[in-house]
Amino acid sequence: MEFTSAEVFAQQVLNGLSNGMIIALIALGYTMVYGIIELINWAHGDLFMLGGFLALTILGALGLEEASGPMAVVAVLVILAASAGFCGTLNVLADRIAYRPLRRAPKVSLLVTAIGVSFIFVNLGLFWGGVPMEVFSGGIAAAAPKDFPALVPSRNLLGTDDGVGFTLRDLLVVVVTLPLMLGLWWLVARTRLGKAMRATAQNPTAARLMGIDVDRVIGSTFFLGGALAGFASVVYALYNNTIGFQMGYRAGMDAFTAAVLGGIGSLPGAVLGGLLIGLIRAMSDQYLEARWTNALVFAILILILVFRPSGLLGMKQREKV
Amino acid sequence: MRRAPLLIAMLAAALAWPIAEQFLPGSWSVLDAVKSIFIFAILGLALNAVTGFAGILNLGIAAFMAIGAYAFAILTNDLYPFQIGFWPAILLTLPIGALAGFLLGAPTLGLRGDYLAIVTLGFGEIVQDVLKNLDSITLGTQGINPLPAPVVPWWKPGEDGQGGGLGLVDLAEETQGAGPLLSYYLFLAFVVVAWLVFRNLERSRVGRAWMSLRSDELASRSMGIPPVRTKMLAFATAAAFAAFAGGLWASWLSSTGEPANYDFQISILALCIVIVGGMGSIAGVLVGALVMIGVNSIVLVKLFEWLQSKGLGASGSVFVSPNSWKYLLFGLALVLMMRFKPDGLVPASGRGERKPSGGRS
Repeated sequence: MEFTSAEVFAQQVLNGLSNGMIIALIALGYTMVYGIIELINWAHGDLFMLGGFLALTILGALGLEEASGPMAVVAVLVILAASAGFCGTLNVLADRIAYRPLRRAPKVSLLVTAIGVSFIFVNLGLFWGGVPMEVFSGGIAAAAPKDFPALVPSRNLLGTDDGVGFTLRDLLVVVVTLPLMLGLWWLVARTRLGKAMRATAQNPTAARLMGIDVDRVIGSTFFLGGALAGFASVVYALYNNTIGFQMGYRAGMDAFTAAVLGGIGSLPGAVLGGLLIGLIRAMSDQYLEARWTNALVFAILILILVFRPSGLLGMKQREKV
Repeated sequence: MRRAPLLIAMLAAALAWPIAEQFLPGSWSVLDAVKSIFIFAILGLALNAVTGFAGILNLGIAAFMAIGAYAFAILTNDLYPFQIGFWPAILLTLPIGALAGFLLGAPTLGLRGDYLAIVTLGFGEIVQDVLKNLDSITLGTQGINPLPAPVVPWWKPGEDGQGGGLGLVDLAEETQGAGPLLSYYLFLAFVVVAWLVFRNLERSRVGRAWMSLRSDELASRSMGIPPVRTKMLAFATAAAFAAFAGGLWASWLSSTGEPANYDFQISILALCIVIVGGMGSIAGVLVGALVMIGVNSIVLVKLFEWLQSKGLGASGSVFVSPNSWKYLLFGLALVLMMRFKPDGLVPASGRGERKPSGGRS
């Protein structure tokens, strides 16, 4: 079956947008934490990776690898909730144990600590892959990528198998990510907690003087960002059918680039950046060469940081002295 | 704290080790691993100049190591027209690395700290991709080999493979270059030279300008220190010595290895060395290299060999392979040092004495 070039283009746009939505969901976690304590949360991508491993473990433990129909829907809901709760909690713990004692330390110490946490997470992922369960190939070759059960079939929803495909998986991405983004926007813009978060981001000292429990607000931010990474990990795993202990680095760098592209600290910016990075990756894979795509993304990251560090939607701000 | 006795003790131990090793059981033989300590000590000293002295977090130091390794390979391997031999090539890695550092630093050194760190990380990834994808020049994932081992001037390998020269020790297995023992001492000499260079830099006008920028950029600027140009010097110096370490590494392995060998992990290993030892502390970096590489390449390896010889853990299991504890080792080193001992095991002089409550630091 031959695709016309217009169909190829349309298909790549679709793929790019679907992947972009996933990237955007991870990017939101970077941008939220950066917005509130100016930390590039290096471990965020690896948190996302651990979410995928938890989802696979649950499917294996409950024997849901082959689920279909309504059971598959239940299974997807279960792993979504579990991974989100797990990643959120883990992110809060990382903040409590590693980052909070360093609130007054130089920013670079905080960044170095986050890199350390990221490496610890990666090692946990490697060991997790060695757990003797059938879903992890019985623990043989812990480092090898793991197959993730195809709970959501890649059936084309646009009728036939010909032409452009908008699959059930693309639908899953939209159904999960869009409500989360809207919900987050509502939470930050309309609720008391959101107001406290914005106040803390603007000026933690003033926020504290106004009676805001700053540590709690920061903790909530870590939880929300982590939970989004957990949701993203399940969607990613269902979309791509494979997870591996090193996937956090790649996904994290894409998402971080997206956050910077959109303007770090800005929620709409993270979504816009995610979609753009998704599209750029898809176009580069198709029309350039896939092996240059990663280098291209990093080149974009460097160029933005050098020429427009505030990103597309970020506000220009002077560095605090 | 006194530095001199510590340094002298370390130097004496390094000098005496190969001789002591002769009297130890064969399983204690770690000469090769100690060479990697030397190479990483040079890499750590380089990173320390930019991150410790000048306070610029560089997360892509491995990229400069890669540039040095590939430059050394292209200058010596017979696939290429140069073939200039060990000494000219290893010395040329210095200006080549400095140039690469200059090219990356020029547009980016005005950026604020954490953004600059990300730029260096991105550069590290791009260099790997470029080396991998330009396979018509770099042979891609194959790596370039063989490469010349170090040769020592005025020293000729003895007749029929028997070592001449040193008398005390039998220099077995003579290959085309210096034997393993001689290259051990050569590498040690390189560490000493690098140590002297950085110690003198630290005390020079430039070094003091670096440290002044680190502690207060605004104040230094008003005292007439040009920030970008001064940072550039630190950045390029670090790049030059990282490239030199890369050249040594390639010569030691007789191959560049694949580009992925110079990945983020190596940059972080170098960062661990600097942070564990003490940012800005030259003696600290040497201790850091000894601790980090010692644990990573000697202690862990020997420990798991011993565990397996005792029949503990099936071979092939992820938990008893020294490689699978690396990330945890690096990660814990960074987190724990930052939390409990941010000035490192051997703090730079003048750093540990600051009172935390004494106003602005």
